[in-house]
Amino acid sequence: MTAMVKQIATEPLLSVRDLHVDFGLDEGLVRAVDGVSFDVMPGRVLGIVGESGCGKSVTMRAILQLVDEPGRITRGEIVYRRDAGDGLGSAGVDLTKLPRHGAAMRAIRGAEIALIPQEPMAAFSPVHTVGAQIVEAIRLHHRQWRPEGGGLSVNDARDIVVDLFRDVGISMPEQRVDAYSWQLSGGLRQRAMIAMALSCKPRLLVADEPTTAIDVTTQAQVLALLRELQRKHGTAIIFITHDLGVIAQMANDVVVMYLGRVVEQGPVDGIFHAAKHPYTRALLRSIPSISGATRVALPTISGTLPHPFNRPGGCPYHPRCDEKIGTVCASHVPHLTQLGNGQAASCFLHQDASETA
Amino acid sequence: MTATAAPTTAANTTATPTMATSAKPLLSVRGLQKFFPITDGGFFRKTIGQVRAVDDVSFDVVEGETLGLVGESGCGKTTTSRCILRAMEPTAGRIEFRRKDDTIVDLATLTREQLRPLRAEIQMIFQDPFGSLNPRMTLFDNVGEPLLVNGMKNRAERMDRVAELLKLVGLRAEFMHRFPHAFSGGQRQRIGIARALSTNPRLVVADEPVSALDVSVQAQVLNLLLELQQRLGLTFLFVAHDLSVVRHLSDRVAVMYVGQIVELAVTHTLFTRPLHPYTAALMRAVPVPDPRVAIGEVTLKGEVPSPANPPKGCYFHPRCAFAQDRCRQEAPALREPVPGHFVRCHFAEQLDLATQAAG
Ligand SMILES: Nc1ncnc2c1ncn2[C@@H]1O[C@H](COP(=O)(O)OP(=O)(O)OP(=O)(O)O)[C@@H](O)[C@H]1O
Ligand SMILES: Nc1ncnc2c1ncn2[C@@H]1O[C@H](COP(=O)(O)OP(=O)(O)OP(=O)(O)O)[C@@H](O)[C@H]1O
Ligand code: SF4
Ligand SMILES: [Mg+2]
Ligand SMILES: [Mg+2]
Repeated sequence: MTAMVKQIATEPLLSVRDLHVDFGLDEGLVRAVDGVSFDVMPGRVLGIVGESGCGKSVTMRAILQLVDEPGRITRGEIVYRRDAGDGLGSAGVDLTKLPRHGAAMRAIRGAEIALIPQEPMAAFSPVHTVGAQIVEAIRLHHRQWRPEGGGLSVNDARDIVVDLFRDVGISMPEQRVDAYSWQLSGGLRQRAMIAMALSCKPRLLVADEPTTAIDVTTQAQVLALLRELQRKHGTAIIFITHDLGVIAQMANDVVVMYLGRVVEQGPVDGIFHAAKHPYTRALLRSIPSISGATRVALPTISGTLPHPFNRPGGCPYHPRCDEKIGTVCASHVPHLTQLGNGQAASCFLHQDASETA
Repeated sequence: MTATAAPTTAANTTATPTMATSAKPLLSVRGLQKFFPITDGGFFRKTIGQVRAVDDVSFDVVEGETLGLVGESGCGKTTTSRCILRAMEPTAGRIEFRRKDDTIVDLATLTREQLRPLRAEIQMIFQDPFGSLNPRMTLFDNVGEPLLVNGMKNRAERMDRVAELLKLVGLRAEFMHRFPHAFSGGQRQRIGIARALSTNPRLVVADEPVSALDVSVQAQVLNLLLELQQRLGLTFLFVAHDLSVVRHLSDRVAVMYVGQIVELAVTHTLFTRPLHPYTAALMRAVPVPDPRVAIGEVTLKGEVPSPANPPKGCYFHPRCAFAQDRCRQEAPALREPVPGHFVRCHFAEQLDLATQAAG
């Protein structure tokens, strides 16, 4: 068992390479994801942070082939290594090549890769109870619970849901399974959503802001639950959150995105203590402190997000960057460059402009 | 107390969290209750119990101040906010609002018709930006709707105002003709803020207005809210989970647990010298933005009690490290052991919590 884990651990579970997702709108083309690359290693937590609107959710939806119309994956690949079941590593499939509604994608979506979407209100149907919706998902992917086959009765599935609800800290789980999503508070709804995502024992859990609507004490419980899940089953997690405190406590590695691109990535300690990109540094400065001065202006990043149809040339961050270099940053596009210790940044402070075209 | 009981005023046993200063409250909530019926699964939906979502909540919000409202999820923060706006009918209690001409109206008893002229003065920023914007309407219509409702019939005038509002919240005026689905979660939240500010309200009830935002945009919005408050004299009731955000923005903070206020104090005092064990546990649970700080123990174990079936005695006792026999028997009243500092705990003065709370 350990030998197998070791062997797989050398290979990423998921590799996103040069991913592009465009939305062709009447007014113009929105390049929501503009060349994103990163790896998710088995059993590790990858934290993703970035300005709101920078393409985090669209990237995650692309992984699951759930990008909304008129969004299109126009370039790049998303290689997922399925467990071949023989303990000898695994074959990679490019998810972008799978038909969206085909059997292969449906077997992966929900069962092997599960998503906790950003807006749990929109994720549950208002006409069925939350319990019924999760029971349905469990029965659909019954093999995750009954590998020997034979299916699951509604009652068995319901028992699983009650246990899951208890695990994620929902009180009175027996009653709550029969509630409609609109009867639950924001935090309860989000926990029900987490239970739904865990219901099929995924190998990769994509959690898009899973704790934003939850208070800090419950959040601490949910994070402990996710850590335990990861330890016990070796689940890999992609964790998107704006809460840098949660990133610091949860992530092994961090990806920082800006305007559809990765501007910095690396192990969590380097990101917090030796950030290389000016955007990462600005983000860290904007955190209101639990012990600092109150009711004073917080440091912000000057300027607003650029127009989505009219992106700045050169480094996408240069119009707002307080460390930009003369004419270089406005006219050349930096590339993600390895800077040692597993950390990489896309910035001319750390890269020669002559290296780019 | 039965479900139909009148709001308990009981001034002799229960302190009412008012401001110590002479400043006039803009909003006074007294004995607010909201119960939801629990029905059986049957055809006739027979009522078999009550969810006591908000159970005897009282507080004041002084003109120009920000009162933060924090607490466990499901403790009744959104329900309290929605009752104040009468987006929901309170079961009992008074919601007194001071109008511009200094007359006081009880929002809880007004008819729909009587409420209409007050709509412009009280606005809400919703927790779920997706659910609160109409997906079939452009930003212009979404943000401009309150203006139209309040009598701004001229389209060009509305356009100017919407453009101004979008700029105010850091969005481009050109976005006006797009639909909500074309925006990210955080962008939608700013649209909700623009909409709430459109009618120049005096009281803004903000339910998690920045929780969908990244820290740099969050900082912009917080700065914006502070600036608007100073410039326009806005009053905020600010519901949020993020304690550092609440601490940053609020003059005073109320902490709720299972439908009740368990502590209320001036922000600095609450954060440095909390008196309630739940407040102290909340503060210790704030994740520190530094990976070198070891992950703390989960400070509160066990389940959140259900508001349909709260425990006997102090609602917090099953999870409280300091619980004693009295806590299991007798429900503590909201007391004011230090002027301006309200707490619902039998032993508040005797517990040593400060060392456990965040500096
Ligand atoms: N259905 C859509 N149609 C058009 N544009 C879209 C659509 N969905 C997303 N976008 C655009 O794609 C970009 C990325 O959106 P995305 O939701 O991925 O942002 P995000 O990083 O998740 O932000 P947040 O932190 O606010 O959730 C945004 O500029 C958004 O306006
Ligand atoms: N329409 C409803 N029918 C039945 N119960 C409800 C209804 N709305 C809310 N509740 C219950 O009332 C309680 C309080 O809910 P509320 O939404 O006010 O919590 P909250 O403090 O805002 O929580 P969160 O922080 O999770 O948003 C919860 O137990 C919730 O399940
Ligand atoms: S490349 Fe230049 S503009 Fe871009 S982040 Fe680095 S220094 Fe700033
Ligand atoms: Mg998102
Ligand atoms: Mg709420």
